[in-house]
Amino acid sequence: MPQGDLSTPEGRQSALRKMLLVREFENRVVDVFADSEIPGFVHLSQGQEAVAVGSEFALEAADRVTGTHRAHGHSLAAGLSADRLMAELYGKQTGYCYGRGGSMHVANPEAGMLGAQPIVGASVPMAAGAALTAQVKGEEFVAMGVTGDGSVAAGQVHEAFNLAATWELPVVFLIENNLYSEGMVFDEQHNIEDLADMSAAYGIPGGIVDGQDVEAVYEAVREARERAGNGEGPTLLEAKTYRFRGHFEGDPEPYREEEEKERWQAERDPIDLFAETLRERGELDDGTLADLEESAREEINDAVEFARESPEPEADDAYTEVFEEPVPEVERFREMMAAESLGGGR
Amino acid sequence: MAGAQEAVETMTFRDAERRAIREELLRDDSVFLMGQDEEDGGSFDVTAGLFDEFGHGRVRNTPISEAAQVGSAVGAAATGLRPLVNISFSDFLGVCYDQVMNQAGKTRYMFDGVLDVPLVVRAIEGGGLNAAAQHSSTVHSMVAHLPGIKAVAPGTPEAAYGLMKSAIRSDDPVVFFENKTIYETRGPVSEEEFTVPLGEASVEREGEDVTVVATQRLLGEALSAAESLAPEYDVEVIDPRSLYPLDTDTIADSVHETGRLVVADESVMSYGLHSEIVTRAAEEEFWWLDAPPQRVGVPDTPIPFAPSIEDEVLPDESDVRRAVQRTF
Repeated sequence: MPQGDLSTPEGRQSALRKMLLVREFENRVVDVFADSEIPGFVHLSQGQEAVAVGSEFALEAADRVTGTHRAHGHSLAAGLSADRLMAELYGKQTGYCYGRGGSMHVANPEAGMLGAQPIVGASVPMAAGAALTAQVKGEEFVAMGVTGDGSVAAGQVHEAFNLAATWELPVVFLIENNLYSEGMVFDEQHNIEDLADMSAAYGIPGGIVDGQDVEAVYEAVREARERAGNGEGPTLLEAKTYRFRGHFEGDPEPYREEEEKERWQAERDPIDLFAETLRERGELDDGTLADLEESAREEINDAVEFARESPEPEADDAYTEVFEEPVPEVERFREMMAAESLGGGR
Repeated sequence: MAGAQEAVETMTFRDAERRAIREELLRDDSVFLMGQDEEDGGSFDVTAGLFDEFGHGRVRNTPISEAAQVGSAVGAAATGLRPLVNISFSDFLGVCYDQVMNQAGKTRYMFDGVLDVPLVVRAIEGGGLNAAAQHSSTVHSMVAHLPGIKAVAPGTPEAAYGLMKSAIRSDDPVVFFENKTIYETRGPVSEEEFTVPLGEASVEREGEDVTVVATQRLLGEALSAAESLAPEYDVEVIDPRSLYPLDTDTIADSVHETGRLVVADESVMSYGLHSEIVTRAAEEEFWWLDAPPQRVGVPDTPIPFAPSIEDEVLPDESDVRRAVQRTF
């Protein structure tokens, strides 16, 4: 069974609930980041929730996913809990990676998340490699490599498309085309209109999907996943979407007009569009929508509380997990640092 | 085998390495070989015959895509394979350095150990074949420098065999450096299966007057130099075998006894293995050093093509000999 099932009213409502959860998660990140509760920097995906939820819901439980620096939505949609994800952003022990990774480096193999890969393009060969494992070992899972429009200018992405196509690996490549590669608008980065056209160069099927339509994304990924699972090799999907926030929180966004953003938010918000669709079908009323929003808000309130109250990693935790077993070099430096902190007297 | 004579076979570096890879392919279904022309034995025929024996499911040609080779091998390693990626000439690490540095090396740490990356990358180093600047480099220092990566550079067939087995069995990423001019070097290798642990040096010749730490091709040059300097100088020769982790104790213990240190390694001399070994020796045995440590390596140039100038920059036995003499 797929992780979510958008063919039933319950499944669709659950997808809407997940999109609301992603939106609420990131809206709260805006606030707590502005209050300096979260260190470092964060990349948010408001506006792209339909791509994350539609694609993750189309996968089977055993499937594997690699993501980008903008992966909160995919992580939550894949089934990661909001509290542990928020704790990771806060740099806390209870985070998915013990606070070692932060917003850009979250992995949870139990949910199939092989990790966000903020080196732009790295998610693509990683996904091809996971698919290679499935092929060589005869395992049933497929891999999905999520990447952005900016990455399609990077060499390793094309090498991996070619390798996966040549070896007929069970993988779905999903390009989230949000129109901007950091601060560069799409038509300045690429000389073609549709990145899905690249599929022709590799002799694999390509498809364009409306990234603001969760059902369309779900259907497209289901089909691509089915091909991969049937041994028919990779598919290159391009989801046309848009991010409502800057490249990173704090981005002054000199590269786009406020009007453009407002237009997308007013006309192409994936949550509003899906809610409207469900309303027209008689599957959603205002009361239910308010309940879903309220429950998402409560879940995120709890997640923020959980993150705030969780302990930070101890100084000594910096020295573990460099290798499977400690090496003498790191141990020596760890002892030096510990001795200094005991005897320093500062 | 207690009491029995240990069966030892004399074999080439190449055959010892191939034997280790073959045994690991037989031992563990997860071991998977990939590289350019790997089905035909790869560059220098190290894996010749393995495709015929194990087939496309275990030994596979890749396009010329080092970034995708190593990048996908990280994904494969994180999901249950043990890929052995042959990127051929180590100069090509330049085209997949991101995948080594940022993916292979950092995955365990940044994800708090939830993913293993049991990956081996084979990289072929060294000058001496007039292969010019982009097919002759010795780059292991810039890999040993990376957190989360282990690096080995065996100098003998025995070390090649034992380290390859340990590298494949390691749950950490290992870059396996092999010098292309010593594939034909012969040496004893036990017929019994064994491993050489990552991080253990080998004293290849005992001596009391000066310690020479020598890697790869220069191990042979150092041993020859030691013979020619005897009996005037009694030279101890150590093959570190692993570059990271590095067996500091064996080197420091030797320097403690001899008070003199020469490091012979085909890397360029600045910012590399030479400096690392000298630093560790100084940190541990500063007060026991009787002379400034000496470096034998490439004088910070790319490797040139013309034999006359390639010979100029590549160190050999005479360079080791002179370095030893400089410590007295």
